[in-house]
Amino acid sequence: MKTAVVVFPGVNCEHDVVHAIEALGGEAELVWHRDTDLAGFDGAILPGGFAHGDALRTGAIARFSPAMKEVARLAATGAPVLGICNGWQVLCESGLIPGAHIANRDLEFICRFVEVEVVDTDSILTRRTEVGQRLRIPLNSYEGNWVDPSGEGRVVARYVDDPNGSQDQAAAVSNAAGNVVGIMPHPERATDELLGSTDGEVLLESFLHSLVPA
Amino acid sequence: MKVTVTIDRRPEIADPEGTTVERALHDLGFTETSSVRMDRVIHMDVDGADPDAVRARVEDMCRQLLANPVLEDFAVEVEG
Repeated sequence: MKTAVVVFPGVNCEHDVVHAIEALGGEAELVWHRDTDLAGFDGAILPGGFAHGDALRTGAIARFSPAMKEVARLAATGAPVLGICNGWQVLCESGLIPGAHIANRDLEFICRFVEVEVVDTDSILTRRTEVGQRLRIPLNSYEGNWVDPSGEGRVVARYVDDPNGSQDQAAAVSNAAGNVVGIMPHPERATDELLGSTDGEVLLESFLHSLVPA
Repeated sequence: MKVTVTIDRRPEIADPEGTTVERALHDLGFTETSSVRMDRVIHMDVDGADPDAVRARVEDMCRQLLANPVLEDFAVEVEG
């Protein structure tokens, strides 16, 4: 089973994601954002970075890339779709996850390990975790402050502290169905002892175990 | 036609940048300031002869791309 890792211009974590997925025994392939066909892929990951230089708003331009129609199609079939950092911002702009992102409360670009606590295991990101499980994962963002006036976003993991002002201290949020999830910290950067933590593995394993043949 | 689009973040949504600028103004002694908001203005030229039709097109641009309906309201001004 194969995961598409969608590359928008300005994205910079795509190779880390492919490396992490492959290290866990999965299969991942880079897909250019202009691609119009994701047939043969069973899930998708939108990696972090600065798609289209964050012009206008984070994720606002990427949302209209041809590949996003295919990502939405995959999401509608129930396939796992994960957005990491900027990828989550793209998913919000696309309407696949409720809410939007604004600048961090203290206008600080946060680049450090944070601790997140799982609060809901019914999602493609958390299904192999336990409620209350704490994970140490690097956060690397300026606009990680999630707001959701609709109250429809389902928080699946929270920051233990409150680094950025995110509503409900949300670090990861799911759609109602649980198959589309955005996370602000980077699980792919916590998949090797050399990186200082392997706590991201269980999240990516959850994603891989959510794949079903298309 | 000259068109000006103003994108305002809704009052109930936090504006960390506005808050920081307000604090800096206060530090400089401009303590009479409050409710500082960093809104966005977009200028553009739009081909067309009918101001109403141009306005309708630009409002469509706002709904599709220029404004985020979760956070923002917009206003369109068309100079004939």
